[in-house]
Amino acid sequence: MQKEYKTLKSIAGPLVLVEGVEGVKYEELVELTTPDGSKRMGKVLEVHNDKALVQMFESPQDLTTEGTKAKFLGKPLEIGVSQDMLGRIFSGSGSPLDDGPEIIPEKKLNISGAPINPYSRDFPNDFIQTGISTIDCLNTLVRGQKLPIFSGAGLPHSRVAAQIARQAKVGGDEKGEFAVVFGAMGVTFEESEYFINEFKKTGAINRSVLFINTAADPVVERIATPRLALTTAEYLAFEKGMHVLVILTDLTNYCEALREVSAARKEVPGRRGYPGYLYTDLATLYERAGRIKGKEGSITQIPILTMPEDDITHPIPDLTGYITEGQIVLSRALHGEGIYPPVNVLPSLSRLSPTARKITREDHEGVFAQMYASFARGLEVRDLAIILGESALSDIDLKFLKFAKEFESKFITQEENEDRSIADTLDLSWKLMSALPRNELKRLKEEHIDKYLNTK
Amino acid sequence: MDKGTIVKVSGPLVIASGMKNAKMFEVVRVSDEKLMGEIIELNEDEASIQVYEETTGIGPGDPVYLTGETMSVDLGPGLLTSIYDGIQRPLKSIEKEAGSFITRGIDVPALDYNKKWDFKATASKGQSVIAGDILGEVQETNLISHKIMVPPTIAKAEITDIQSGSFTLKDVVATIKDENGKSHELTMVQKWSIRRPRPFQAKKIPTEPLVTGSRILDTLFPMVKGGAGCIPGPFGAGKTVTQQSLAKYCDAQVIVYIGCGERGNEMTEVLIEFPELEDPNTGEPLMKRTILIANTSNMPVAAREASVYTGITIAEYYRDMGYNVALMADSTSRWAEALREMSGRLEEMPGEEGYPAYLGSKTAEFYERAGSIVCMGSDKRCGSVTAIGAVSPPGGDLSEPVTQNTLRVTKVFWGLDAKLAYKRHFPAINWLSSYSLYLDNVADYWKKEVAEDYAKIREEAMTLLQQESKLEEIVRLVGMDSLSPKERLVLETSKSIREDFLFQNAFDKDDAYTSHKKQYWILRCILSVYKEASKIVEKEDFDFNDLLSLPILQKVIKCKEIKPDELEKFEALEKEVTSAIAELGSKVN
Repeated sequence: MQKEYKTLKSIAGPLVLVEGVEGVKYEELVELTTPDGSKRMGKVLEVHNDKALVQMFESPQDLTTEGTKAKFLGKPLEIGVSQDMLGRIFSGSGSPLDDGPEIIPEKKLNISGAPINPYSRDFPNDFIQTGISTIDCLNTLVRGQKLPIFSGAGLPHSRVAAQIARQAKVGGDEKGEFAVVFGAMGVTFEESEYFINEFKKTGAINRSVLFINTAADPVVERIATPRLALTTAEYLAFEKGMHVLVILTDLTNYCEALREVSAARKEVPGRRGYPGYLYTDLATLYERAGRIKGKEGSITQIPILTMPEDDITHPIPDLTGYITEGQIVLSRALHGEGIYPPVNVLPSLSRLSPTARKITREDHEGVFAQMYASFARGLEVRDLAIILGESALSDIDLKFLKFAKEFESKFITQEENEDRSIADTLDLSWKLMSALPRNELKRLKEEHIDKYLNTK
Repeated sequence: MDKGTIVKVSGPLVIASGMKNAKMFEVVRVSDEKLMGEIIELNEDEASIQVYEETTGIGPGDPVYLTGETMSVDLGPGLLTSIYDGIQRPLKSIEKEAGSFITRGIDVPALDYNKKWDFKATASKGQSVIAGDILGEVQETNLISHKIMVPPTIAKAEITDIQSGSFTLKDVVATIKDENGKSHELTMVQKWSIRRPRPFQAKKIPTEPLVTGSRILDTLFPMVKGGAGCIPGPFGAGKTVTQQSLAKYCDAQVIVYIGCGERGNEMTEVLIEFPELEDPNTGEPLMKRTILIANTSNMPVAAREASVYTGITIAEYYRDMGYNVALMADSTSRWAEALREMSGRLEEMPGEEGYPAYLGSKTAEFYERAGSIVCMGSDKRCGSVTAIGAVSPPGGDLSEPVTQNTLRVTKVFWGLDAKLAYKRHFPAINWLSSYSLYLDNVADYWKKEVAEDYAKIREEAMTLLQQESKLEEIVRLVGMDSLSPKERLVLETSKSIREDFLFQNAFDKDDAYTSHKKQYWILRCILSVYKEASKIVEKEDFDFNDLLSLPILQKVIKCKEIKPDELEKFEALEKEVTSAIAELGSKVN
């Protein structure tokens, strides 16, 4: 029999202090019942002798120090999972938002999960074709990777993410089913509707599970939302053998929720007021991507975050970049010029692409290196031209300048529903590079130049 | 067993009362799940414990058991080719026990105590020995002969019994009697506390370079065997790729690679790649000389703090056998963050950016455990530990405390540069800001083993690169036309140094490793163009494009494709350069 306590001492923001408790365990789930009978969930954040500090997952509104009852449930926060969750929409704390019935769980899982044993991991190397040239050619995505989109307020990151979710496919064999798990933290109603409609339009909704915490929902709920999404994804991937694409948006809101709890606890802050354990905490989300030896499924993560002031050195993108396997950075300047998708090629990176580039096409490695280097040089020349004027440039420099222009207008730019195959993307690259002097193509292998370069 | 009671749980920090008999840094078992923890603070009868596993479900009233031991590692045959977590639990056994996910309360031995090893006694009965003397050998892998030594704790003794044969790690292989007449039965395993450096007879000034096969590292900023270095850089600049290629190609005999708070997939990559890759120095699979310690970012934070000590203790153990060991820690910033997290929970007064005030001294202690030494034992054999730590400064800002504290104690600084990485110039090591303080140390070795004028050629290349950065400023302001032909030549040559010498593709199997001699020749050929051309550029009718369109220059660009066993081709190439440019010179006035 679980005891109920009526000894709430204080309520401060998302934190509730309960006194006189006995046998309470760290991370234990707590159910608080307000005097009018509504229930709120929270978890034990710290326990010291007979005092338990509880962090709420839901709004503390209507809680009272007199009359509210706290029940310690003796288990951590769990989610009941089942394959029937596909096609359903849930709130940020896991209750159904659509008209469907309650889920009858096949099993209950702790939402914190457990770290995957590095020894049991299988190295991700199945190339995922997204149909977006800047990703496929230059920042190749593979199954089991975590590749975030670093965006800014007002940039079309949702459209890019939806396009990836729509077009992503693995060349050749199609073993295992494909599923999308979507977790929204503190996004606007419109943004979440955009995704729901996108999924409905393409029929993808039937193989998707959505967890939606909008900006109007309680802030602290956001701490649980990505964990619910990832626990569901792990279940689908490693127990049901599905290839799961997890889209999380917006991690910046998640981190702010974390900061709120940390500030309420009066912890020593790290950079910009974020808690010192932000890195570790983010890692417990991002590291839940991957593949496991001997299991069919995989989890590929595309977290989206908006960089405050477009600042990539801000703690959130900074720490994320140290954990994830690369990043796709969106550029406000390109967006301003009307270029879609506005991928800022130079700071974007996919760490797992070297292995993926080996299996796409023989010339991919060289094309990748040459396209990057040439575009970088083109941009340098462009800077120079701004100061000195184009007339001061050498012929070779002018060629690179033109290359950079075409790179942006033909290679980066594509339609929102344009699904370019990797072969198309590579052929397009060769076409652009054919405008450069041959002896400047130092990163390409001679045999590939002979085979693919169309010199006309 | 002595026992206390938990009064507080806050994340990885547990406080227990009734701990009067506890010692600092003693290992304890927390709750009936027997989670491993270590005492980090004592206050009357209350002890603060950092717990190396998840503390979910632990609460006040649960017991804490004292063990009387300090945090230590098992040292013996079987370490090589293993992959451990931060507290030396083999991840392979954890998988067997618990499946693909790491659950807690798993207690597995660090070494396989049932496997039989062939022990060959090299000392004999009746012989008197001192601490560190070699009693016998075990062929651990075909690369490494594992020396079984008299433990450092026994100063002097006489062997009363020793036998060759096939033994498990539980079996006694030798019995020795110390000066006080006490008899010690020795197995092939030693236990050593991870926070205490293993002793040695003397430290030496290191003079032999650690050859890495990376052109920018070996030629411009050399590391020595027994040195300490750091690789700071923002994310995406290639810290891990650099660390991994060091682990692959450097000419140390044993590699300890610590993945401290980094990505799980990176460790998997090493695990898959190393057994397949050949060591360029011996031709054997790289895994046979490697020990991996993986405490990924989502594994318990306290074990991350311990992982670097576990790693360096193992490194010191192989050093004591007389091997050159290289240790890579990726990344020490995560280790520092683990310190910060524990310090915060202990409610200590924070120093800079929330890091504890003792961050500096802890960092220094760690890097000082590197060194070239004379081992314990009467044969005066030598060994070394080279420590190379990656640092991940937030936002790439090198003024932050972890980088600054590291720079104070390391002598090699390989500074990674995001701008170079954006241009995909790899390794993205900035040649202007990086340095090595070991240049004088390696001067003699270079002269003897590489070439008499290696240091001079390096100096020339460095000067050109320095000049280039100044000239680039001018070009940016007033354009290329304002430069004299001589200055243009400097720009062209340094461009060639950058693109044809410093640029190196770690993913291309031919390019990833360049021998020391070949490095010398590539650079020499590039500089020969400069030397010859500077004789003619100041002639009045000289046209720069004539020089650039010389076909021989294309050959110089591709000269790194010359096979390492055909070095004589470089000499021929250099002659061709001389004559081609001289011919051009004879045509102009």
